Amino acid sequence: MTKSNKLFTILIPIISVLLGLIAGAIIMLFSGYNPILGYTALWNGAFGDAFTIGETVRRITPLLLTGLAVAFAFRTGLFNIGAEGQVIVGWLAAVWVGLAVDAPMVIHLPLAILASLAAGALWGFIPGLLKAKLGVHEVIVTIMMNYIALYSVNEIVRSVLTEQETTTDAIAPTASLASEWLQGLTYFSRMHYGIVIALFAAAVMWFIIQRTTAGYELKAVGFNQHASKYAGMNVSKNIILSMVISGAFAGLAGAMEGLGTYGTISIMSGFTNLGFDGIAVALLGANNAFGVVLAAILFGVLKEGAGQMPTGAGVPTELVDIIIALIIFFVASSYIIRWVLLRFKKEGK
Amino acid sequence: MIEVLQSLIPTVLFFSAPLIFTALGGVFSERSGVVNIGLEGLMVMGAFVGIVFNLTFADVFGSWTPWISIFVAAIIGAIFSIIHAIASVSFNANQVVSGVAINMLALGIGVYLTKQWYGKGQTDMVTEPFFRTDIPLLADIPFIGPIFFQGIYSTSYVAILFAFIAWYVLYKTPFGLRLRAVGEHPMAADTNGINVYKMRYIAVILSGAFGGLGGSVFALTIVSNFSHSTIVGQGFMALAAVIFGKWHPLGAMGAALFFGFAQSLSVIGGNIPLLESVPQVFLLIAPYVLTILALAGFIGRADAPRANGEPYIKGSR
Repeated sequence: MTKSNKLFTILIPIISVLLGLIAGAIIMLFSGYNPILGYTALWNGAFGDAFTIGETVRRITPLLLTGLAVAFAFRTGLFNIGAEGQVIVGWLAAVWVGLAVDAPMVIHLPLAILASLAAGALWGFIPGLLKAKLGVHEVIVTIMMNYIALYSVNEIVRSVLTEQETTTDAIAPTASLASEWLQGLTYFSRMHYGIVIALFAAAVMWFIIQRTTAGYELKAVGFNQHASKYAGMNVSKNIILSMVISGAFAGLAGAMEGLGTYGTISIMSGFTNLGFDGIAVALLGANNAFGVVLAAILFGVLKEGAGQMPTGAGVPTELVDIIIALIIFFVASSYIIRWVLLRFKKEGK
Repeated sequence: MIEVLQSLIPTVLFFSAPLIFTALGGVFSERSGVVNIGLEGLMVMGAFVGIVFNLTFADVFGSWTPWISIFVAAIIGAIFSIIHAIASVSFNANQVVSGVAINMLALGIGVYLTKQWYGKGQTDMVTEPFFRTDIPLLADIPFIGPIFFQGIYSTSYVAILFAFIAWYVLYKTPFGLRLRAVGEHPMAADTNGINVYKMRYIAVILSGAFGGLGGSVFALTIVSNFSHSTIVGQGFMALAAVIFGKWHPLGAMGAALFFGFAQSLSVIGGNIPLLESVPQVFLLIAPYVLTILALAGFIGRADAPRANGEPYIKGSR
């Protein structure tokens, strides 16, 4: 039984991705585009030359972290839709430290990253606390926290960090993740050292969940709150801890944008969508650190490659959003895929 | 004072109408036990259909175009929401995940088709949007007339009327009782011969129709075209109104009116003496902060329908 379950957790994402891509091809056919041309353009947009590969890696970096954020909370049975807001406050905190502090790099850069972790953690702490102490559903609170983050951060950028401007100054080079070496390798793409941090974060998540007592408790609470309580675990503490760590991962994703890709923060007219895409990444990656890395690579490639589709094949970039949405549907409806697979198995016998 | 009210109340009604429609949809869906994070996507779909229909058929239907547009948007919204119903009712998908996917899918489809049909990221401005009118007879009532019935969008009153109809349907008809029963205790409802799946399908499809109405009314009164940034967060605000209104149609309407009030303050607050000194950002975040406070029990406790978010699997306890 466990063996077939393991098989399913690997098969379902693969089948879902294939179905999503096939659906994308069908949509292209029906709207009068050539799917082969479309997917070739997508491939070239992601892997065409050293520059696009660098940009693809840059695109993957924050997605990986928001994916980890959502996955981590999922493990404790919590749904962190608030990664979006946590990214925004993390971004702000990192840039703020990058602008305001004057220190050598060994202090400045870690300080800026810590600030983003703390800001994201705080934004996760509030819904965690409300869930643990008052039983308020975290989904609604995190959605509301997203908007509070968006509007408040815009106001801070406009009135505190600048004088009614839309973008801040660039952060001090001592707080920057940008790397001349990586840029040189990739024809001056915006690739930065963040990917190393993101991969390290994935390892941290794996270690916490699989190798520590705290991780064991977090998982136990996710499986069954009442049993955990009966076993003497502090359920409230674990819920809060899970949201705090989840928020910190998402805050770190903000630092990747603030310290790595852009080096500034601008007023946002809408969400970055990094948090919402993180839900897709976590879901496809089966909430497992290694799976999240793979899913982030897939979605990063799709999103970056999409940029090439209008010029290469005339296909609007939104096709990729449709494909990603469909993949989520397929993974979420895994019940039916499982049912079909089991049915085939039975008939095979 | 009368002048302030005269500029404030029509604006409040103007901003609230789309929220009321969409929130009513949310009430139906959540009362039947299906969480609907996808309200945002349903509004996007409604806005897209409303605008495209209006642009295409403005010559054919003349001044009736906006009304027919929102009707068509409601139907397409209802059809689109079937995806959410299939995933969350039949396939036992996580309802929040399915809702998130609905949001992405609607925006993806809307902008994709816009680019394909119009060759650019946004449509043209519609020529037949809703216009402000005076309501006949009522507008002539002294004092009340100028405040409530002059220079108003009639869709605002349609929205309020619908809220009362929704209240009647949910609380005074057998259908409403069944729908609520399914959301509180599906197994008990099933034992009593109510078809849980059917009720939930109907509720989700109703939410799609209302979401489509809300989105198209928003597009045809406030923005007049469709692009990726036409609907940004109104659906989530409607969701907030559902919860702030304690999952009750009239409560949701009240909450939507209040959020419309907060929004209109951030627009015309500069003209109102006391409020001009309040920074705009506080008015912008007010609906969201209030929702959190309401949920936390500081403003009366908001309890969700018992079985909200749980797929019903026959025979399981």
